Amino acid sequence: MSVNGTAMVEAQNVHKYFHNNEVLRGISMRVAKGEVVVIIGPSGSGKTTFLRCINHLERINKGKILIDGEPMGYREEGDKVVEDTEKNIARMRAEIGMVFQRFNLFPHMTALQNIMEAPCQVKGVPREQAERRARELLAKVGLSEKADAYPARLSGGQQQRVAIARALAMDPKLMLFDEATSALDPELVGEVLKVMRQLAEEGMTMMVVTHEMSFARDVADRVIFMDGGVIVEQGKPSDIFSNPREERTRSFLRKVLEE
Amino acid sequence: MNPIQAFLKTYNGGAVLKYWHAPLIIEGIIITVVLAILAQTAGALIGLILYFMRRARFKPIGWIAEVYIWLFRGTPLLVQILVVYLSTSYLNIARPLQAADVFPALGFDPSGYSAALRPFIAGFLALALNEGAYMAEIVRAGIDSIDAGQMEAAKSLGMTYWTGMRRIVLPQAMRVILPPLGNEFNSMLKNTSLVSVISLYDLLGAAQAIGSPSFLTLELLTIASFWYLMMTTVWTIIQASLERRFNASNIEGGGSQSIWERLLTPDSLFPFMRRAPLAGPGR
Repeated sequence: MSVNGTAMVEAQNVHKYFHNNEVLRGISMRVAKGEVVVIIGPSGSGKTTFLRCINHLERINKGKILIDGEPMGYREEGDKVVEDTEKNIARMRAEIGMVFQRFNLFPHMTALQNIMEAPCQVKGVPREQAERRARELLAKVGLSEKADAYPARLSGGQQQRVAIARALAMDPKLMLFDEATSALDPELVGEVLKVMRQLAEEGMTMMVVTHEMSFARDVADRVIFMDGGVIVEQGKPSDIFSNPREERTRSFLRKVLEE
Repeated sequence: MNPIQAFLKTYNGGAVLKYWHAPLIIEGIIITVVLAILAQTAGALIGLILYFMRRARFKPIGWIAEVYIWLFRGTPLLVQILVVYLSTSYLNIARPLQAADVFPALGFDPSGYSAALRPFIAGFLALALNEGAYMAEIVRAGIDSIDAGQMEAAKSLGMTYWTGMRRIVLPQAMRVILPPLGNEFNSMLKNTSLVSVISLYDLLGAAQAIGSPSFLTLELLTIASFWYLMMTTVWTIIQASLERRFNASNIEGGGSQSIWERLLTPDSLFPFMRRAPLAGPGR
């Protein structure tokens, strides 16, 4: 991965409040193109909120987020910073795939329709072309035979794989995974991680919030440990897992790795 | 002679048989049904608009919606009908339709119908405005029942709020909205009878027009009641079959495409919300 050139994601001193509660206290970080960054940390550490700020599902109160060099969610008007137009935000989100903890498939559509919906509605891709691509993606996530199944007929792992295919149908340049395996029965986690691993190998730029430490260790280019709304420590997975510098990281890893 | 015998002596059963399908009654039924369908449809649209006004980011728009709902739910429908009728009496709201020769074009006698047009439009307006206030709550309950993650998923895929509403949220909300909407229509069929006070010959108006001069008031009210019962009964049967189909497809997992569901595609329901897709993949 290149260190030079524009970062895919650049966060500069991002602050976020919920009412009086400051959940992000100045996050600064970069994700290079093709890099896989895994964010770990205890619940309430702000990692999910930070991920949601990346595609502006959450507004930020201070700081700046750049996607491929372009400010996300806000623009400057004179010397004031105002929220960007809905159209601009939508255009930028179209290039950022997101996978949610609770899948959020559209229950009134088949797996195939779920995947075709955004390319047809947002990009205006012709239906036959969108369907061909959707079937390719279903094959990629190993669910070709489920094209006409409604989400309620699919297992959690299958739903999440459809959700990944749905995000990939927009040809995103960045994929965000928000605890994509946390809502799954343990025996279904593997099939989803396998798809994520494959994506990483293909060179997709990924930001992954997860509790799956083995995934972080094996797949991540870099691991970020967050706690209390700040980045406590980051580095290569081997360094973070075998040789953490900060006491907070050590105690967190002790707890999760003991299980 | 006890009171029951006295009643039976004066009640003219023959008149009921004579007038139950009189032309004026049949026309009244048509007016009632058409008025109910139009007012319910318009009321549902007003309810939808009120929902979006209430959640507008510019707060005064929401306040206007709140005042509207407060007003129309807090005053009697009969008063609203009278107020709309009297306050529009010098606007001549029927003129544009008359000028366009709508009734001759539809094959009706313009002289007979244009006289009924003014109370019809006033009645329609009052019923629709009133219904909108009630539909606002039903629409809100329907849309708010849909998990917020649905809109987030739509937005994360690059959809605008409106595209997400039209394609993702509203089609799901429709399943929640339809049963209470059906109950509202049942009430609407009966509430239309209030427009008889503004000299519209709907079913009740027609019954009174025949009954009062001939001293057959009770007999004609019997006929009107019979027809109202027929209308609500037929609707209840239709509603039950629709809901059965919806539940069946719900059990299948949101699934099988019934005729009803094919009719209720987002594009057929909300063509005015259709948006042009963003140009190109943007790279």
